[in-house]
Amino acid sequence: MSITSYNGSALIAMVGKDCFAIASDRRLGVNFQTIACDFQRIFKIHDHLYIGLSGLATDVQTMHQRLNFRHKLYQLREERNMRPETFASLVSAMLYEKRFGPYFCEPIIAGLNDDGTPFICTTDLIGAKQLAKDFVVSGTASESLYGACESMYKPDLGPDELFEVISQALLASVDRDCISGWGGIVHVVTPNQVITKTLKGRMD
Amino acid sequence: MECLFGFVGDGFALVVADTCANQSIVVQKTTEDKITCLDSHKLLGCIGESGDRVQFSNFIQKNMNLYHFRNGIPLSTSAAASFTRCELATALRKAPYQVNMMMAGYDKRTGPCLFYLDYIATLQKLNKGAQGFGAYFILSLFDKYYQKNMNVEEALQLVDKCIWEIGTRMVASPANYVIKIVDRNGARLLARRGRPEPAEEQEDLMQ
Repeated sequence: MSITSYNGSALIAMVGKDCFAIASDRRLGVNFQTIACDFQRIFKIHDHLYIGLSGLATDVQTMHQRLNFRHKLYQLREERNMRPETFASLVSAMLYEKRFGPYFCEPIIAGLNDDGTPFICTTDLIGAKQLAKDFVVSGTASESLYGACESMYKPDLGPDELFEVISQALLASVDRDCISGWGGIVHVVTPNQVITKTLKGRMD
Repeated sequence: MECLFGFVGDGFALVVADTCANQSIVVQKTTEDKITCLDSHKLLGCIGESGDRVQFSNFIQKNMNLYHFRNGIPLSTSAAASFTRCELATALRKAPYQVNMMMAGYDKRTGPCLFYLDYIATLQKLNKGAQGFGAYFILSLFDKYYQKNMNVEEALQLVDKCIWEIGTRMVASPANYVIKIVDRNGARLLARRGRPEPAEEQEDLMQ
């Protein structure tokens, strides 16, 4: 099995009207053996910026620790939070530093700009950044995720509808991938609040 | 065919490991303790490459001691697990430690907890977990028989079920096990299972 499908993962981020949603599955496995059903893949950087990391679990945890560190240092120096575009460039640069011995994780970054407009982007494991206007996906279930998101997505959805759409897309896709799933977690972020919900899908 | 597993009960956490030290087809020792007491309220069960196992668990134990010495208070279990993960992750792309671990501890504020630590530095807090080939059998038994807040007697019954299953269904299964517990009173040996150890003085059967 390839190194990026050693642990299994599924991630989506979607853009709505002045809000965004980011969702992931919860399974941590070792090849076909399931170890845990509450693995954290989505990390809060600050109130309006979240990063989801798919791929090898150890690199997910290492990347999260390094990015947390870099952002805290930035906050100390600049006395403000990082903007999503800046953070995306930071992630891209950190990944490319390891060009010839990469971290085996593919992040998706989702945030709200200062004016409240949502921002999403994804990079590959060596930092090739790709912005998107509608949705980004990552993980072992990515082919299914692309299909489900493409058919279910509509622009300018409100937070409640966006939650419905992203949840259905995630659950439908992980059901077709044996190494991701075991529930889901969704964060819907608006300028004033973040709503976190866990999903219960097919637990298998 | 090493075996390491553990779970959390009512106010305690249990770690069980086999005690066989093998080299290829030879059983060198049947009383090898693979669960280190990191400090008064932490256990680290460690299986894998023998040299790495002993060296790494001692290294972590000494670092726990150093932190306590420098700062006057011991590390919490989650902090200890995180430190261990970082050591493994740093070494991963240079000279990886080939050890799989289960770390159990008791903190005054948060109670007992158990952590799963892979050789590639995957860290996960769990209520029940297993490492090694035995995991293929033990995890299913846990799914069926594990309940939250078991007392020590029920926990030992579950451990015995797991040991019996490995003994019956796994090829080259280890004969002897050590069971260690950590609760508010500290980390200590709870029980041993398996064939009794050979007597101190034994007649030379080859005479």
